Amino acid sequence: MDCIIIDDEETARVIIKTLCDEIGDLTIIDEFPNAIQAIKFLNENEIDLIFLDIHMPDFNGLDFIKALKNPPKIILTTSDTKFAIEAFEYDCIVDYLLKPIEISRFEKAILKAKKQQAIKISNTNSNALDHKNDFYVNIDRRLIKIDLPQIYLIEAKGDYIHIKTEDKNYVVHSTLKKIEEKLPESLFLKVHRSYIINVKKIIDIEDNSVLIKKDVIPVSRSKRPELMKRLDLL
Amino acid sequence: MEQPNLIYIDKLARDDESIKKRLVEIIKTEFPREKKEYLQSLENLDYKKIEENVHKLKHKISILGLEKSYEIANEFEHNLRTQKLIDAKRFEKILIAISEYLKTI
Repeated sequence: MDCIIIDDEETARVIIKTLCDEIGDLTIIDEFPNAIQAIKFLNENEIDLIFLDIHMPDFNGLDFIKALKNPPKIILTTSDTKFAIEAFEYDCIVDYLLKPIEISRFEKAILKAKKQQAIKISNTNSNALDHKNDFYVNIDRRLIKIDLPQIYLIEAKGDYIHIKTEDKNYVVHSTLKKIEEKLPESLFLKVHRSYIINVKKIIDIEDNSVLIKKDVIPVSRSKRPELMKRLDLL
Repeated sequence: MEQPNLIYIDKLARDDESIKKRLVEIIKTEFPREKKEYLQSLENLDYKKIEENVHKLKHKISILGLEKSYEIANEFEHNLRTQKLIDAKRFEKILIAISEYLKTI
């Protein structure tokens, strides 16, 4: 999960970063000492989870949430219990952690966030699968249809994604996260922060990589259990 | 009076000396600054600022394992909402204890 931390106290930010390192599978993309800077960042970037301090000068955590059009999942971190009831009025708030944050409590909160993210992706994928077996991409002002089962690999390269199919390759200005939401979960799996593969097209698997067509694709340590679980279904 | 300790930081660092060192260094940098801001707000009798400063210092107090002091800080913060400074002396003693402790680590 891609995360950011918003807290005006450096000690608090370092503690959260340390806890994230312990858990793994959480990438701290950036950290901010105030909410204003974070809003600017969120206008241009997509992330999965925010660790948000409520008590900050000028613009507090709850004001920050109200200012977001489409907030990602949020875990509140605070030394104050007085906002707890109000906090749970927001759908985006996954959990409420009291400082100093205990490791076991942090792990529970992350588990909750991951479960909610999995439900969201699953719902999106189910909808996508129910309605279509293809999608359109915009390349040089042309909308080109791509059959989903034909795709065997999607790779992120800078601001572009490379979609490789049985017949042709496409370069599209988009993000891996955006395309992941359009793909059926039954067919595709993000095995690395830069790669999504069609699990039906795997030729073989080694320790930390899979072979798809002629491409050897790295598999993140955290993604390997999910990959193995999916293979059992084949 | 209870003594500050590094139990929480040790637990968090899980024997990683570099993490422990980094956290201690940050606290040693941030705490004097926050204490100074608090004393300035107190001098100005800016209750809202004092409350903010106490709130921020509370986290350091809890990280350093000062459970009773944390309760005092909580009470102080609460009283500040009605512009009562009755716990200021007790709070200052906590800050002094932390300052002394930080010199030893």
